[in-house]
Amino acid sequence: MNNLDNNNQLTDESPSEYSSDRLLKRQKKEKRFQLLGKLSVLASVSFLFILFISIIEKGSSAIRQSEVLLSIDLSTENFRQEVLMDPKKIRGSELNKLTRNSLIKLFPNVQSRSDRRMLYSLISSGARHELRDRIIQNRDLIGGIISVWLPLSDDADMYLKGNIKKDVPSNLRRFKDNQISWLDQLMSDGLVRKSFNFRFFTNGDSREPEIAGTLGALIGSFFTLLVTFLISFPIGVMAAIYLEEFSPKNRFTEIIEVNINNLAAVPSIVFGLLGLGVFLSFFEFPRSAPLVGGMVLSLMTLPTIIIVSRASLKAVPGSIREAALGLGASKMQMVLHHVLPLGMPGILTGGILGMARALGETAPLLMIGMVAFIVDIPTKIDDPSTALPVQIFLWADSPERAFVERTSAAIMLLLFFLLTMNFVAVLLRQKFEKRW
Amino acid sequence: MTLIIFLILFAAVFGYYIAQSKAATISLTQGKKLNSLPIYHGLYVLTLTVLPLLLIILFWMLCKGYFLDKILFSILENEFVNLNFDQINLLAAKLKNMYVSQLVSQETDPNLIRVYQEYLLYEENISIYFNILVFFLSILIIFFLLKKIKLDFPARKKIERLLTIVFFLASIVAVLTTVGIISSLFFETVRFFDKINPLDFLFGLEWSPQTAIRSDQVAAQGAFGIIPLLVGTLLTTLIAMFVAVPFGLMSAIYLSEYAHPRTRAIIKPALEILAGIPTVVYGFFAAITVAPFIRDLGDLLGLEVASESALAAGLVMGIMIIPFVSSMSDDVITAVPRSLREGSWGLGATRSETILQVVLPAALAGIVGSVLLAVSRAIGETMIVVMAAGLAANLTFNPLEAVSTVTVQIVTLLVGDQEFDSAKTLAAFALGMTLFFFTLILNVIALAFVKRYREVYE
Repeated sequence: MNNLDNNNQLTDESPSEYSSDRLLKRQKKEKRFQLLGKLSVLASVSFLFILFISIIEKGSSAIRQSEVLLSIDLSTENFRQEVLMDPKKIRGSELNKLTRNSLIKLFPNVQSRSDRRMLYSLISSGARHELRDRIIQNRDLIGGIISVWLPLSDDADMYLKGNIKKDVPSNLRRFKDNQISWLDQLMSDGLVRKSFNFRFFTNGDSREPEIAGTLGALIGSFFTLLVTFLISFPIGVMAAIYLEEFSPKNRFTEIIEVNINNLAAVPSIVFGLLGLGVFLSFFEFPRSAPLVGGMVLSLMTLPTIIIVSRASLKAVPGSIREAALGLGASKMQMVLHHVLPLGMPGILTGGILGMARALGETAPLLMIGMVAFIVDIPTKIDDPSTALPVQIFLWADSPERAFVERTSAAIMLLLFFLLTMNFVAVLLRQKFEKRW
Repeated sequence: MTLIIFLILFAAVFGYYIAQSKAATISLTQGKKLNSLPIYHGLYVLTLTVLPLLLIILFWMLCKGYFLDKILFSILENEFVNLNFDQINLLAAKLKNMYVSQLVSQETDPNLIRVYQEYLLYEENISIYFNILVFFLSILIIFFLLKKIKLDFPARKKIERLLTIVFFLASIVAVLTTVGIISSLFFETVRFFDKINPLDFLFGLEWSPQTAIRSDQVAAQGAFGIIPLLVGTLLTTLIAMFVAVPFGLMSAIYLSEYAHPRTRAIIKPALEILAGIPTVVYGFFAAITVAPFIRDLGDLLGLEVASESALAAGLVMGIMIIPFVSSMSDDVITAVPRSLREGSWGLGATRSETILQVVLPAALAGIVGSVLLAVSRAIGETMIVVMAAGLAANLTFNPLEAVSTVTVQIVTLLVGDQEFDSAKTLAAFALGMTLFFFTLILNVIALAFVKRYREVYE
């Protein structure tokens, strides 16, 4: 219509010239549109890259942790009689004294109380746990002198990693000038090293970034996912079989279907409220337990698993069903012996993707108290624990500078697990997917 | 508890093999065919032993606490006759605390320790009696079931009927979940409205839920007006949609209409990865990278930007939703029949003209549906706004200021110590009810759009 209007107005131009001009314009418009599409795809993908790069850039330094080599005098006069009998009775203050004495030996000039306190704070307050473990594991050490690599404090670690700048005035930074000079002296004596940060993988949570680890959160996540899988997968598959193969077409079935579709789009935090209101306050299940977390997450993933499983069962062609029925199988035998095995790869793929989503879910776990600060590593499904994404949330909230790199490293760990799960799902789909 | 479950399973497997061989011998000795294969007789015994007993155990686990409470109270009432009900309640709570934390050694009152030990003994005995009872019950059931094995016993039919019922029950779980959600939200919300006037909640312009913990404490009474939260939610959602809809839709159009299949095969999984990244990661990204960036940019332009701004949270939320919009729109656009496109091309339209004037109008219902679903996701999104949007419930439309959303307030009200009867805790459920209500309406409308779209073309 536009075409005609324009034609009437522009009579001074010859028709062919006009139309070729217009064609040029239309083609330009076409190019612009295509470019717009390309740009938006590019932008979306580059968001992904920016995200990954910013996380990796912040988190890669957490692979290494600074340690200092101290020679610690464990001669018998340093211990009480009780401790000599049973090293387990050693107190934290005694252990602190041991490391502090060895520091003072290195820096005999440091005299004033406040200076000494600053000197002591070079060493992580978690060092005493490592010392204690060593002494308990090998009590023959008592009586001699041992050299151990102990973790430096988070501030010293951040300074060594270049995150605390020297040019900031001393009173504005957490790591003071004299601490820097001591640390430099230790470095020039070759007593400082950066080693692989195994504590990040073997310790539980801690208030001290330098000894905080993800093992507790990982095991918590594992238990949570285990419960989620054990509940949601069987129930989801059974529900899908019923809805796809057995359900009569009536009003009630329709209600179930609409309900499942809507449930899939309910915000995850609402499931957390359900867990709090029903599981915790009504049934009085333990708080902060992976058991309850798994139950909540399984209700959340259930609709997804049902939908995926139904699609997968639906894709099995009718000829196979008819063949089975024709050979005298009952309907249940047809489903369990033929349709379900053929649909299983698709169902498993959906299940893994559902589990991947559950692994990254945070909000519902906050509602049922899996945000507590828990140092111990959980051993049962009803032990209080936290989960990896919640650990990330907790660390992201901590003010210490050193927690930024640890949070990023924990995110990298989480993304590693998620990508692995996704990769397995894709492989499974490619290997077993049948096009009928 | 695990021991008894193992015992039952062991007995049931034992019963399975006996039933199987018994059925086989019957058929051999009588020289006739069984109604069902021996394996079905075995399965019949197995399932009918395990299922009811597991149900009994589950039921026991749920109400054991109740019985033990009754016992504890009766012991206490016998022991301390002169105490009134509240004091006994207090003692019971103390004892239960001792039981959970295992701190008996710190208790000094010998009477209480005696009661505690008595209670422990009861608890132990009750569990032992229950286990013995359940085990004998399982043996009894197996014997009873073995008796029923005959030549013409339709074991397979019975099992199949049972399985169908179990499958049906599994599909009910989703309905029960909805019922659970609605009822838990509803009852707590009603209790909340006992304390706070619903009109103050729905139309109040101020949100500051700090109430006094003890009644004699001097503290603000707390204001529970939801409007600032709704505005905050709306603002972040709008910003997110301004990012997600253009980028998502254009990506979908490019991928479905222009891209080479090989490009598509690379880009689509990449976008799916974007969709699979946990929201807590986006939240960290928003708080640590995007928010400071926006603040610096604002400083450069001479604008005052709060360190936690609606803009940062909304932008990152938009990025999170891009793949959601693009994959749903992609499906919708691909489903538009090719004949429509070919007709348009045949009349001389360019590809972009075809897309804008033929394909998109044809796919409109589906696209609207997918955008509405995306909106509902943005409204319910929690971690990004918790980590990047802030806690202060400002009533503002300025994207550079900190705002708070419904989900943020639910989290802040419920994380940490809580008592179940305070208006603060109940307020979280009322907020949850609001959230559920709004997202449900959006979802229903969106799904109706998508369904109507499908009916037209599929």
